[in-house]
Amino acid sequence: MVEWTDFERATIQSVFEKMDYDDVGPAALSRCLVVYPWTQRYFGNFGNLYNAAAIQGNPMVAAHGKTVLHGLDRAVKNMDDIKATYAELSVLHSEKLRVDPDNFRLLADCLTIVVAARMGADFTADVQGAFQKFLAVVVSSLGRQYH
Amino acid sequence: MSLSAKEKVIVKDFFAKVSSRSDEIGAEALARLIVVYPQTKSYFAHWKDLSPNGAPVRKHGITVMGGVYEAVSKIDDLAGGLLTLSELHAFMLRVDPVNFKILSHCILVVLSMLFAEEFTPQIHVAVDKFLALVALALSEKYR
Repeated sequence: MVEWTDFERATIQSVFEKMDYDDVGPAALSRCLVVYPWTQRYFGNFGNLYNAAAIQGNPMVAAHGKTVLHGLDRAVKNMDDIKATYAELSVLHSEKLRVDPDNFRLLADCLTIVVAARMGADFTADVQGAFQKFLAVVVSSLGRQYH
Repeated sequence: MSLSAKEKVIVKDFFAKVSSRSDEIGAEALARLIVVYPQTKSYFAHWKDLSPNGAPVRKHGITVMGGVYEAVSKIDDLAGGLLTLSELHAFMLRVDPVNFKILSHCILVVLSMLFAEEFTPQIHVAVDKFLALVALALSEKYR
């Protein structure tokens, strides 16, 4: 079981409460597709991903970015059992979507960088630590059911 | 994964643009390294003060950032240009190369925080590649 300090719990709630999902979701996913272009392999039917401008303007990328970010809501509400919370989603990503779990880490890094940009000075080292710990638990849980 | 001519220009231009705050970037990146990845403190056990905002951490962050800028100036031949630094890290400091990746990530976070508008995905990918190549050049002499 993951141990969370009061600071970490409060930080995660606060960061997600203040987050503009419609902005951060698309920004994080499109950044991932630009910075780690091999991740585009999962989005063959998304249309034009030919260059950074196309990716950032692509409505399917934007919509999916929001979906993925909202996927984190469950973990935010269930910090004490993220593993069980994502068991089903892990199976989905493994069996149906066939996503290499390393991609979860890549997207988590891009999300961290986008949140840092939005929060500016409020994204202190301690906040970064809590946020990355949270994402690391999510990433680990999503990879749990792969076999 | 090597840098294209265009990416070299992007990297040089961006680092020139943010050079007035390079000390701040370095200090902040190192502070984050030891807070977010506490295992990295194992390399600094000889410092009396390991607090993220203390003098030793800030000073060393500035030193490290100086190294990054040196790498920018040697962007056309990182392995050759960073030979001395590679020998230092390989034979004297013996920093496990996994930490280069971690520090690179911290630098990217700080750049994103301080230069939110400028640190676009296009610049992010070029800088990320550059830092990865610097890490590779620093690992040259390891074995």
